[in-house]
Amino acid sequence: MRKRFGSAAVLDDVSLEIADGEFLSILGESGSGKTTLLRIIAGFERPSEGEVWIGDQRLDVLPPHRRPVNTVFQHYALFPHLTVFENVAYGLRAKKVAEQEIRARVHAALERMRMREFAQRRPQQLSGGQQQRVALARALVNQPRLLLLDEPLSALDANLRRQMQVELKALQRDVGITFLFVTHDQEEAMTLSDRIALLKSGRIEQVDAPRAMYQRPRTAYVATFIGRTNILTARVSGGVARAGPMQWPCDVPDGEVQFSLRPEHVRLADIENSIRLRATVLSRVFHGSSELVDLDCGEGLVLTARVSAFNREPGPCVLAIRAEDLVPLVS
Amino acid sequence: MYSRAYQRLVAIPPLAWMTLFLFVPYLCLFCYSFWQVRSQTIVHHWNLDNYRQLISNPMYIQVLLRSARIAGLVTLFSLLLGYPLAWYLSFHARRRKGLLYLLVIIPLWVSYLVRAYAWKTILGNDGVLNTVLAYTGLLKHPVGLLLYSPLAVVLTLTHIYTPFVFLPIYASLEHIPRSLVEASQDLGASSTRVFRTIVFPLSLPGVIAGATFAFVLSLGDFLSPLLVGGPNGIMISNIVVSLFGAAYDWPLGAAISVCMLLLVIGLITAAERVERRMQYGRS
Repeated sequence: MRKRFGSAAVLDDVSLEIADGEFLSILGESGSGKTTLLRIIAGFERPSEGEVWIGDQRLDVLPPHRRPVNTVFQHYALFPHLTVFENVAYGLRAKKVAEQEIRARVHAALERMRMREFAQRRPQQLSGGQQQRVALARALVNQPRLLLLDEPLSALDANLRRQMQVELKALQRDVGITFLFVTHDQEEAMTLSDRIALLKSGRIEQVDAPRAMYQRPRTAYVATFIGRTNILTARVSGGVARAGPMQWPCDVPDGEVQFSLRPEHVRLADIENSIRLRATVLSRVFHGSSELVDLDCGEGLVLTARVSAFNREPGPCVLAIRAEDLVPLVS
Repeated sequence: MYSRAYQRLVAIPPLAWMTLFLFVPYLCLFCYSFWQVRSQTIVHHWNLDNYRQLISNPMYIQVLLRSARIAGLVTLFSLLLGYPLAWYLSFHARRRKGLLYLLVIIPLWVSYLVRAYAWKTILGNDGVLNTVLAYTGLLKHPVGLLLYSPLAVVLTLTHIYTPFVFLPIYASLEHIPRSLVEASQDLGASSTRVFRTIVFPLSLPGVIAGATFAFVLSLGDFLSPLLVGGPNGIMISNIVVSLFGAAYDWPLGAAISVCMLLLVIGLITAAERVERRMQYGRS
């Protein structure tokens, strides 16, 4: 898939396969092309090159109203002149479903979202979280093959957001519909998704399960976007990498290679089979359950360590790092 | 923040203007409508004779009904022209939007009189239309009923008031969030269904505002009937003009004016109430 607006390539060589019933997040900064990708699947934009298929049905040649896909919009886009009931019934009416069935299905959908008693209200009489639920009900009542969610939680405040994340995940398991979820929030993507596709300026950096993506980031961008990390630039020759005072065995070709080392893998306690380094504490930043400590290891090498209950006074200490925690990156 | 004194100070000129040139004349008009003309002079003898005459003489009701019919037709035609135009501009014109918008607005800068006279030139016996029809051989003799008829008045007023209908409709269409249109398509609605169930209902406040403009403005119009209306195209305001002029019966003219004023105020109030119910508290 490619998409150009004028001469600017918004999506460049994007290829993505989603499994049936999967919860896949498209994660990226604003301007990474994630919303454009969603809009192409929904049918609001045409790809400059490439195709969209769902099962054996080709989508990109169909107008939006003929696609077995529904969208939950960023600001919900509920119809202000219709009641909650009529909003949810909208898609079924468009498909000319019998009135009795519409009534039953809309009520079931509202029931599931715990919005049944609000059926006769208008959208502007509801809170943000309630509007969110109506938007979900309105999309899911049509039993789409794929549900597209365009940063649906971004308009909610932090607490409600966390609560909706839990509900959303439970809902997806419950209905078994494939969810394609667009977000710029890496934490949200991590909690919700079966897999994450990380997009950077129109290209897919990596598609992986959250755990795999965190533990084995492919590029420096992925490693820094998902969680915190230390990026070490090392010289590799003959299966040994060197960065500052550190050296460790590795399995990459010779040359300059970047490695990712998560702060929690920089230990201040002694462990077996580890690389040991002398360091002095530069600064400490309190993060509640843990503390991030910047350590000067000499020869220009500064590492950040995540430590719980770090109560040592600033001064010299010994670090222990396992060679397998140093993940080589592709540039 | 401005001080209270300053706020009062700046309110004085507009308030004085309104009082002097709006409320005082209306009050005079109201008083006149209860007076009488006796032997060519207006006497301040309070009575209801003028209003009684309006009800008893069928001529006035007839002309009022004709005015309402003409205004109704003007409203209908302006809507039929203005709505599709506004819809096209708002949803489909893309880059031509600015230019087309300007083309709709430009006639508003041309004097009303010039536009009305233009129709006289087009519709007259030796006018553009008759000449063209005769030249193409479709007609042997010029058609007289084009000019000086209620039809000519409707045509002229429609031309003049279509921009007034276009503008509020265009504004209300521009206010519809495009995400609602996309949501509607996304839920399986064809383009006619999107229009019928989303775009049109949400543009109704603009339609009502535009229709009110067209109806009220053409109901009280007197220049078009004067220029292109002929004897059968006379409207209620022409009667008022003649009563205040040649006929020299200011009190009767005032009585008609008061009735018209109440009618129009009633219409505008009703329209506004309906409009407000359709606002759906958009934030």
